Amino acid sequence: MKLRLIILALALAMSATSSAEEAADRAVTPQEKGRSIAEEAERRYDGFGDSVVDLSMRLSNEEGRERTRRLTWKTLEADLPGDGDKSLTIFHEPRDIAGTAFLTHTHVDRDDDQWLYLPSLKRVKRIASANKSSAFVGSEFAYEDLLSDEVEKFNFLWLRDEACGEIQCHVVQRVPTYPDSGYSKQVVWIEQEDFRPLRIDYYDHENRLLKTLAFEDYRLYHERFWRAQQMRMDNRLTKKQTTLTFGDFEFRSGLGDRDFDPAALRRLR
Amino acid sequence: MTPRYLQPTLTCLLAASCSTASAEYPDLSGSLGVEPRIFLDEPAFPGQPGSGLSPSAVVAPELRSGWNDGDDQLTVSLFARYDGDDASRTHWDVREAYWRHTEGNWTVLVGVNRVFWGVTESRHLVDVVNQTDLVEDIDEEDKLGQPMLSIEHWDPGTGSIALFVMPGFRERTFPAADARLLGPAPVDTGNAEYESSARGRRVDWALRWSQTIGSWDLGWSGFHGTGREPLLIPRTDSSGNSVLVPRYEVISQLGADIQYTKDAWLWKLEAIGRRGHGSPFAAIVAGFEFTAYGLRGTSSDLGLLAEYLYDGRDTVAPPTFYDSAWFGGVRWSLNDTQDTTVLGGALINDSGTIAILEAARRMGRSWKITVEARLFVNVDVRDPYLAGFRNDSYLTIAISRYL
Repeated sequence: MKLRLIILALALAMSATSSAEEAADRAVTPQEKGRSIAEEAERRYDGFGDSVVDLSMRLSNEEGRERTRRLTWKTLEADLPGDGDKSLTIFHEPRDIAGTAFLTHTHVDRDDDQWLYLPSLKRVKRIASANKSSAFVGSEFAYEDLLSDEVEKFNFLWLRDEACGEIQCHVVQRVPTYPDSGYSKQVVWIEQEDFRPLRIDYYDHENRLLKTLAFEDYRLYHERFWRAQQMRMDNRLTKKQTTLTFGDFEFRSGLGDRDFDPAALRRLR
Repeated sequence: MTPRYLQPTLTCLLAASCSTASAEYPDLSGSLGVEPRIFLDEPAFPGQPGSGLSPSAVVAPELRSGWNDGDDQLTVSLFARYDGDDASRTHWDVREAYWRHTEGNWTVLVGVNRVFWGVTESRHLVDVVNQTDLVEDIDEEDKLGQPMLSIEHWDPGTGSIALFVMPGFRERTFPAADARLLGPAPVDTGNAEYESSARGRRVDWALRWSQTIGSWDLGWSGFHGTGREPLLIPRTDSSGNSVLVPRYEVISQLGADIQYTKDAWLWKLEAIGRRGHGSPFAAIVAGFEFTAYGLRGTSSDLGLLAEYLYDGRDTVAPPTFYDSAWFGGVRWSLNDTQDTTVLGGALINDSGTIAILEAARRMGRSWKITVEARLFVNVDVRDPYLAGFRNDSYLTIAISRYL
């Protein structure tokens, strides 16, 4: 198993950097290739330790009416490869929900743990993780779009390679294996140079194209970490749109488990 | 870990500069609003205001500051209400005024703070640190600020262990003698009695241990000191009126609050054992919350809540509605851009029903409208506790502006 992974990784590295892609294709099934592309994308994304970023969330509907939320998003990368990241979002606007925070401990082998902090009551409340398909604070992002991205949570299938703009992309289908997902499948465009996702199409359980997420304005941090400074989610059915615009990412700012414990929520406000 | 606050408006007025991404402390926030209450029935007691509109307004500013990457925090949160018909409800309070310092796994807090413990919705049994600001709402969820020194240690293995030392007792607020929602009789708050010879200057203690183990959230708590719930002793005041005199006893209480979270279900239990209010007794609240996400293909969620309440106190203890009662409720969250929510529920015991409706929606960017109804239904006029409320069903319409 390990050897096969090494071969996969090698094959992938070759396909990414040289023209030996056809050899790799022969060695693996479309499922294996899809998964190894996702693993490489995750490997390149990871290694940041922890990150802190301020962002705005702009919600607009078909009539062009806009609402804005402002929040801070903190992430703690898992120490062990078998566990998931921890994530904390703290709202600043709208002002009536200022100080409200969501804490998620993602897991690869079981349901995520999730807590909500309500500053007006000073109450930490564990909430059900079955809310995956629910809209995150009225946006076009569902909880699962923002939180459950581990490779272990999907079955993959490489569909094709194709040009996406000026560069080449792998097009990979992924099917959520965790319960309560709102999607039958997702199709991800990952460019072949740095393995950055550029686009995700989300299909609902009737197999209709529900939403499209575009990753825009990529910026390189510490010569290693690519982060999209803008993520735009278009709902194809309702024509509503949510755009996340990120400030400067701060990496390795010294956050630890204690900053992502439910007890820490009470110290936020 | 730089706490960064993005709101440019007020922060910009206070701080010398306002950079785009991370406007720093101080952060001024809070709200102000009008909250008229409408009483639906004519009063039960002579002298109480009649049915109709009762004006009220609220100001609640908060100032937060911090330094050392947020390891030191200074918070002041004030509250003031004007009520046109209830002189006791016109009051102000320091909800929070503290300095908090975090050093590694230790956190020390000195000052006035509010602390919430518990998991259930219909009653907060284990939540004994803060006194109830009862004139605010009969649901007992509004609390007065409590002076305290607290020391908390957190560790990934043991969770959080916190010690609270609380000098300075706060007396419960009650409506004025000629106001609505009196209950059985007016409470003479000016002549409160204490078991402790130190009266309100007794130093109370509390300890809490909370941790998360997989799907379980566990809290254990202990309290020793002057109980926040007063006995209400029938007396005659100097003018010959019957009144209830609050008497605060020294109690010891052990509490447990446990939640098990699985899929869309939250299973909840709160239990206490208490000595000092009559014979030792136990009380529990147990129930569940189930949420149906994405109702009928929409983005709205529907939550169903049910809780059973038991309280084994004897008649010497402070009166309670929860001897043996049920709570059922429905929470509807639209998950829309304006965060519209509706909660409907009922607390039912042998003597009557308290029906609750709460609906809230943001208007524009920083306004919010909240409608709350408390209805007393099928009240047994012989019930010594509930009968006094039988004509006090009311509706509150709050319009608030958030800073």
